Amino acid sequence: MADVSQPVAHQPSDGGTVGPDGATAADDLQLGDLAPDRLCDLYAKMVRIRRADQEALNLQRQGELGLWGQFLGQEATQVGAVEALRSTDWVVPSYREFGMAMCRGIEPGLMLAYFRGLSFGPWEPQRYRFLPFNIVVGSQVPHAVGFAMGCRLERSGEVVLTVFGDGATSEGDWHEGMNFAGVFRAPLVFLCQNNHWAISVPLSRQTAGSIVDRAAGYGFPGVRVDGNDVIAVYRAVRDAAERARRGEGPSLIEAVTYRMGAHTTSDDPTRYRVESELQPWSARDPIHRLEGRLRQAGILDDAAVERAGRDAEATAQRMRAAILGLPARDPATVVFDGIYHNPPEAFRRERDEFAASLEASP
Amino acid sequence: MSTVTLGKAITQALHDGLTENPKALVFGEDVGRLGGVFRITDGLQKAFGEDRVFDTPLAESSIIGIAVGLALKGFHPIPEIQFDGFIYPAFNQIVSHVAKYHNRSGMPLPITIRVPFGGNIGAVEHHSESPEAYFAHTAGLKVVAPATPADAYGLLRTSLTEPDPVVFFEPKARYYLRQEVELPAAAVPLGKARIAREGSDVTVIGYGPTVETALQAAGRAEAEGHALEVIDLRSLSPLDTDTIVASVRKTHRAVVVHEAPVFCGFGAEIAARISHDAFDSLEAPVIRVAGLNTPYPPARYEKLYLPDADRILDAVDETLAYA
Repeated sequence: MADVSQPVAHQPSDGGTVGPDGATAADDLQLGDLAPDRLCDLYAKMVRIRRADQEALNLQRQGELGLWGQFLGQEATQVGAVEALRSTDWVVPSYREFGMAMCRGIEPGLMLAYFRGLSFGPWEPQRYRFLPFNIVVGSQVPHAVGFAMGCRLERSGEVVLTVFGDGATSEGDWHEGMNFAGVFRAPLVFLCQNNHWAISVPLSRQTAGSIVDRAAGYGFPGVRVDGNDVIAVYRAVRDAAERARRGEGPSLIEAVTYRMGAHTTSDDPTRYRVESELQPWSARDPIHRLEGRLRQAGILDDAAVERAGRDAEATAQRMRAAILGLPARDPATVVFDGIYHNPPEAFRRERDEFAASLEASP
Repeated sequence: MSTVTLGKAITQALHDGLTENPKALVFGEDVGRLGGVFRITDGLQKAFGEDRVFDTPLAESSIIGIAVGLALKGFHPIPEIQFDGFIYPAFNQIVSHVAKYHNRSGMPLPITIRVPFGGNIGAVEHHSESPEAYFAHTAGLKVVAPATPADAYGLLRTSLTEPDPVVFFEPKARYYLRQEVELPAAAVPLGKARIAREGSDVTVIGYGPTVETALQAAGRAEAEGHALEVIDLRSLSPLDTDTIVASVRKTHRAVVVHEAPVFCGFGAEIAARISHDAFDSLEAPVIRVAGLNTPYPPARYEKLYLPDADRILDAVDETLAYA
């Protein structure tokens, strides 16, 4: 089959800063108006989340996690987007935004409980303004839209960032959500991490059209950015968030990046893509690119790079210790107690019967 | 005391609920300006404004999906699905998220999904469904169906105070059923059935549109010397097994009546529960009087499909004759 990952051949969209294959015109990051310490922080965060991603992969291979979905190669989109938000804004993720969650301050060791089969909601969403991972592809988009509609009704000034992949843009819920957002002028930013793959299905089989161009059909602006340029992502999300905050409604950002790893540890990419396809994307590695640019600008030096590496290593070790050291939980609590906020009497009886049956046969 | 229709009782309950809770919102297709295709939301947009009572685009999955988001933001959404048969596009959002989001997040999800259901109105395809079993089967949801104006009011008022999601099935063929009741009527708790008519010979259990049918059958049975006890479930999940079992202990015979197809219908759960909890009291097997195991037929044939008083009385005779 000729379904190899080829760039979709069409014109870049109006206002877009990149062509469909994601490269900037001069493959040279513009530092924009970001201060040096801000830039160093973006660099350090990308290094940290990449190291955590690798550690999670190690843990899965060692049998400590049931599953892991790498976000390797997508660090710029994840860090750039979240860092551009205000702390009072909200993130409505899919299931690959582990790096974003780390940037929001959620303890990575705690989050891994999700992949260790211990919990479906290991963190408090309100505390971090980060909703739970969502596995039903695209179905989080209407949630994000409703949440943003609520922000608008309350005039709270909060903005919602909802994140999804290229595959999600084929789902009905995605289209419905985009349409609702336009109709209700909801204050949200739709961020597509176009990493070119939905498990084994390449972008060329996902759509004959253009993701970014769909925004126009729903009545609001869309922009395509180099998803491997953390500064470009940061600026695009910042601009879109401020637009939403001003009451001008939603925007779509298509961040062009690449899923360097497998879909998850249950996947075998050698069955549908060849190593040579990854080459052009390795050449545009988001962390190496920023490092090169910042060194060039005299903002980053060997000491800073080493520091970032050591900090990332410490994060990974802490994460490992935390997930392996999680205390065991009472099964009846895990299985029953979160289902209803106000559990009916009959349900409580079933829970008690279950707990009693566990005690009877330890 | 005045008479109120079931439909108007719901309208009043929505009005009073919106008044009591400034975070309550009503939305769906045609509910705002039109006041709903059955006029159930008539007058609400005028009374509460377009921010709180609004029309949505034609997209059931997102009508429920945005309700999830709004609930997480602190509102009490009351989305309407215009007809039973159109709940299926929203099935994923209801079962995968509405039912499960509290477990994932610890955040209350006060959503009340209103759905007119049931047949017997001569409608075209997809407008006469009884999908309640799919939702009663889904933990995390509460599923209710009133049969009378007073209970429509009371059950909806209670649902609007629930921190958990409720699927509120409205028997559309009974929207014009009248009852002498003063509104506001008493709140009806979830999980409590009602003895609609006391009797000693056979327990007849129904919900939504079939309660009235069962009462009609009971009136005819009385003339033949049989005293039927009619139970109006009101709440499918949580289910009031205590009331059901107490009745069967008294009558020793049970007939369950619902419009939904008999195979894997909600009656199967009731029959299994009675069999397990009151086996020793039974003098005959539990009989289910329900829709045929087919899709709902074209309207000209619906009376042959739906449980009516005749079929209920046949079942009563069968259970009484059982040896």
